[in-house]
Amino acid sequence: MYGKKAKLRILFLFLVVSSIVLSIYLILKSLEENVVYFLSPSQIKNITEIDNKKIRVGGMVKKDSIIMKSDEINFIITDFKNDINVSYSGSVPNLFSEEKGVVAEGYLKDKSYLDAVKILAKHDENYMPPEVKEALGGK
Amino acid sequence: MLASQIGYYALIFGLVSSVLILPLAIKNFNNNKILDNKIITASFLQFLFVIISFFGLVFSFINSDFSNETVFNNSHTTKPLFYKISGTWGNHEGSLLLWLLVLTFFIFLFLIKSTKEPKKYRILTLIFQQVIIIGFFLFLLKTSSPFNYLFPVPKEGMGLNPILQDPALAIHPPILYLGYVGCSIIFSSSLAAVTHNYISKKWAKHIKFWIIISWIFLTVGIMLGSIWAYYELGWGGFWFWDPVENVSLMPWLCLTALLHSILVLEKKLFLTSWIVILSIATFTLSMSGTFLVRSGILNSVHTFANDPERGVFILFFLFILIFISLVIFFTFHKINEKEIFKIHWISKETSILINNWFMMYFLSVILIGTLYPIFLEVLSNEKISVGPPFYHKLIIPFLIPFLIFMSIGPNLNWIKSKIEKINIQFIALFLMSFLISFLILKKFGSSNLIQTILFAGTFYLFFITIKDFFKKKPINYSQKISHFAFSLLILSILLNNLFSSEITTNIKVGERFQFKRGYILFESIKSIENKNYNSIIGHFRIEDNKKIIELKPELRIYNQPAIVTSEADIKTTLYEDKFLVMNLVKGNEYFNIRYQAKPFMIWIWISGLLLALGGIFSLFQRTYEK
Repeated sequence: MYGKKAKLRILFLFLVVSSIVLSIYLILKSLEENVVYFLSPSQIKNITEIDNKKIRVGGMVKKDSIIMKSDEINFIITDFKNDINVSYSGSVPNLFSEEKGVVAEGYLKDKSYLDAVKILAKHDENYMPPEVKEALGGK
Repeated sequence: MLASQIGYYALIFGLVSSVLILPLAIKNFNNNKILDNKIITASFLQFLFVIISFFGLVFSFINSDFSNETVFNNSHTTKPLFYKISGTWGNHEGSLLLWLLVLTFFIFLFLIKSTKEPKKYRILTLIFQQVIIIGFFLFLLKTSSPFNYLFPVPKEGMGLNPILQDPALAIHPPILYLGYVGCSIIFSSSLAAVTHNYISKKWAKHIKFWIIISWIFLTVGIMLGSIWAYYELGWGGFWFWDPVENVSLMPWLCLTALLHSILVLEKKLFLTSWIVILSIATFTLSMSGTFLVRSGILNSVHTFANDPERGVFILFFLFILIFISLVIFFTFHKINEKEIFKIHWISKETSILINNWFMMYFLSVILIGTLYPIFLEVLSNEKISVGPPFYHKLIIPFLIPFLIFMSIGPNLNWIKSKIEKINIQFIALFLMSFLISFLILKKFGSSNLIQTILFAGTFYLFFITIKDFFKKKPINYSQKISHFAFSLLILSILLNNLFSSEITTNIKVGERFQFKRGYILFESIKSIENKNYNSIIGHFRIEDNKKIIELKPELRIYNQPAIVTSEADIKTTLYEDKFLVMNLVKGNEYFNIRYQAKPFMIWIWISGLLLALGGIFSLFQRTYEK
């Protein structure tokens, strides 16, 4: 029916297509499981249920809110409409300070409390992450 | 003032030379038998103009000429001379001028190096390269001129972001750009070769030089960025799967695939279409990397003043280039009748094809991981980030077969191998690797199956490459060194990941923090005034596993711009790095410190260098063959 050459080519094509489909499937599937959503304190107020997925919260560190103890740091992230308390034990970046933009990654305990595992601040004092800028409503 | 103006006019003359080169080249294409010397002279002139322009900018930086907007935005009189100079390419405008400098230098180098190649092919390469060069000239002059004039002249500049004031980062951009721009030559010449129907073994031999050169620079450039991130960003890691790191890794993966396929083409007429596609893809990825980073879509240190117009220009330019290359590929690319399609399933060719499949898989994982958040934000306004777990989950399991093919592949013959060749030695080595990995993991209390197999695969490659160094046959040193380096790299990364330990705590001066293996004592701090920053140096005494070390991490408070950076103190030995970084939160007496013990850290850098060394060897091997 088909020559040997044609058969080989069909086999080759089949292998290529199936491996592409398989890898795309794998990639998309683990993408679903591993993305971290970014929310502002106001958005958190509006969510209906708290699951134990990792999220990122961005905003400004509220004035006079940083309390440092020997084993943890507590502070408040605000977008000037709503606040969220953050507790964190780990290392903080250089530019972490009051009234500066910050992104905290972690798990929500409830709607006003985040257990952070990572704190991100920007490398440049003039620069604010777009997410933070937007969360602050351009202030 | 003067230097800046000379620079500006030199840039315009550079663009004018492009306009002169093109008609000359087209005329020469149909006329003479040999390449007109005028073209080479014109290319040299163009290169010269860009050099003058570049040095115009360098001098403006050295003299702190703040009538130049770029200098004003990125320099300061108190900055050390070294960083005034490196500040030239530490910003958007200057770094693009550097791109252009390398572009014009490479095409000139290509013209004088390719005298043995057909004239029409050389001219076509020149024309394609000039299209890219003109694009960059217009981009610079129209949207990001490094020579904008400021009046009234400010007294003092804005300063360079302090975390960029670092030796590794001063040379990281030029090296990386040599790699990126080298890909432009591969792009132009493969398009030229398609148009001229010159994709052949001879072409493969000649373009291999450019592929290897670009690959070496890209490898070293990525590594320098990674070293810098390790000691400067204070996280103590070397790779974060940050989008900006990813965009440099993508062209590298593509180029590595190309590097392997070109070896096949050098031996026989096979994979021609694939090689052209890879050449186009490599350069496109380098360009899109520049676009993503410069347009401000990705957030990072590399994001300078954002200007949507710039992003749109690069995107538009990118589309034109892709469009042109696709049109050329589909119109001119003919499958050569002599092209061989039959390959034996156990042969070097097959293993190289498998390598390419893996490379493309890794590439698509990173591509999707990097682009998906951007698309999602545009489409649904939802903001997400894709972190390391995604990449680890998708890449690590596939490293196992990859490593095994990497061990076996090079030992197969071209065209056809017999199964008997896979002899008892290979199996013995495999069992040995498995045993060693099992014992290592057992000793450290981990018994994850995937990890054990991954270790085994890495050890297998490690042993096989070592064994191959002692073969009697002539040895392909470049391949052996690079494959050995890769096994060393993966091995160091694995060991580093598995056995790193970290302690983070907040501590006051004079306090002592007790942990399982010892203690951290914060002895004292002292402050020192420097030219453009004040530093606070902490003295720590750490006992770790009964060994006492002193570490002195530093905080630098820069005056302009007012930024605090922390300089980690790292004690490096062949066995392990001890890493200590401290941070101060304003208005608190606690210092936030992070102490890490990172085994085999230095081997990661050593293996990165060895990888590049393999590439350098292959340049020399080529000349031996002649």
